[in-house]
Amino acid sequence: MDKSQDSTFVKLIPFFEKFGILLLILIMVTVLHILQPDVFLSWRNITNVFKQVSWQSMLALGVFMVIVTAGIDLSVGSIIMLSLMGLAIASKAGMPWYVVMLVAPAVGFLCGLFNGLGITLLKMPHPFIMTLGTLYIFRGVGNLISGGVPITGFADEIRVIGNGKIKLDAILGEGTREYIPTSLILMIVIFFIFWVFLNHTRIGKWIYAIGGNPGAARAAGINVNRILIIVYTLCGFLAGIGGLILAGRTNSAYPNAGLQSELDAIAAVIIGGASFFGGRGTVLGVFAGVMIMGILRNGLNLMNVSVFWQQVLIGSIIIIAVYIDVLRRDFSTRK
Amino acid sequence: MSEEIVLEAKSISKFFGTITALNDVNLKITKGEVLGVVGDNGAGKSTLMKVLSGLYKQSEGSLFFSGKKVNLNSPRDSQNLGLEMVYQDLALAGNLPIGDNIFLGREPVKKVGPFNFLDHKKRKQLTEEHLAKLKINVKSADQKVEELSGGQRQAVAIARATAFNAKIVIMDEPTAALAVKEVGKVLDLILNLKNLGVSVIVISHRMDDIFSVCDRVMALFQGTNFAESLLKDTSRDEVIGWIMGKKD
Repeated sequence: MDKSQDSTFVKLIPFFEKFGILLLILIMVTVLHILQPDVFLSWRNITNVFKQVSWQSMLALGVFMVIVTAGIDLSVGSIIMLSLMGLAIASKAGMPWYVVMLVAPAVGFLCGLFNGLGITLLKMPHPFIMTLGTLYIFRGVGNLISGGVPITGFADEIRVIGNGKIKLDAILGEGTREYIPTSLILMIVIFFIFWVFLNHTRIGKWIYAIGGNPGAARAAGINVNRILIIVYTLCGFLAGIGGLILAGRTNSAYPNAGLQSELDAIAAVIIGGASFFGGRGTVLGVFAGVMIMGILRNGLNLMNVSVFWQQVLIGSIIIIAVYIDVLRRDFSTRK
Repeated sequence: MSEEIVLEAKSISKFFGTITALNDVNLKITKGEVLGVVGDNGAGKSTLMKVLSGLYKQSEGSLFFSGKKVNLNSPRDSQNLGLEMVYQDLALAGNLPIGDNIFLGREPVKKVGPFNFLDHKKRKQLTEEHLAKLKINVKSADQKVEELSGGQRQAVAIARATAFNAKIVIMDEPTAALAVKEVGKVLDLILNLKNLGVSVIVISHRMDDIFSVCDRVMALFQGTNFAESLLKDTSRDEVIGWIMGKKD
């Protein structure tokens, strides 16, 4: 009888592995709703959370893919700043809005490509070193081209990605104030595309294989360097999209844009259950990790908790999340 | 056993800078034959196998697949000719399921518009069929490789090597890391392959392995052909002597 109980428990493990993190979000939402019944679940506040996480989620998604290959990208915070500056300069130069909008992802793409080529061609002992270097380089270049001062004021067309609103008049009646942020739709679409990419294409499978055992991937005839270049380039590209979103949200390109956001991205990925040693993690987990960080910050702000306590809490959650994972692994390997 | 030669290496030499790893080495194997390759560490076994599989390019000499001279530039080339290698460190990705490992790099795909998507259903079906053909028992094709025992992993590595109608399989120390009771299963698997007409080159230090599955054994010593014999015409002591560079 003990045994049958045990086996139902064991059967539940994969379920928790997949959806446990969503359960955590549900608990956080419930608790915050009880603590702040009028505000937290209001349309305005929820859309606000999504608008805040939208640009961060782009960084997290890119860094996630890199971490799956057992790598790291420390430069995404600087890439977002450089792509934002590129966009701002193109805008100031009077280029048409559709060109200006392409500049941010294009700059991000090139930065990522630079990282990927550096890591593979220069045979850096670890991506940490290459991307630590480019963390300084990209932000330095961003300040060089902008003169180190903010550039403010973009056309409405450019801002639509980060600041656009999809009105719900047709559904909720004329004159309603509720809307869906464009950035939320973009985030969902991009996460879906990358979920398909990682789970249903050969390159996606190879990214996981490289994280599991690069030697095995090489022996299987996979061009590991080529895949790594693709991964770092996509990571930079996503940071560039993040820059485009941020341009819309803040209407400004400023020297400190995205400062330390690479650490938030890594934190979200780790909280979302990806292994730092590569090969493990899901797109859904990244989404959940980003949401947990976003909801936590939002909830603590609503409760007027000091930003210093927020830092302490987020740090603690990273450690606890990983410790739970350690416990789970211990449990599932004990046979 | 037919006398059809599936692979022949003639006068292979391999230099790394001033070091001579292989010097004028010959090897041939016929269809359905199990050839044991023995030799001390540094005798050149691994280098020779890497040349055969296209991982290294020989400095001198030629390779013939089914009588045709070939030029190998990568393991892909030798794979296309039907030669597969089972590596000592297994070369499996533990985080991926059995089926994913077997088809890694050669995943079945289906076309949707201009895109190729993984065909998960077909991969699962092919995996189950192939495991059944080789009489490999696992709980499920979706089991992750890191959850398997050493012997099961070796079986998956061999299944991976033979999933695409391989004609020749090279195994580097296939039983080295295994528990005693699992060794027999892997040796059975080698005999299974032989019965399916696959030629197998086994590199091993274990005389038990050599003498239970091989038809012929050849010894390398300091990068050269040292001795060779049909298994029935030699003895364990003699082969051990060859490894140490002693001949009567």
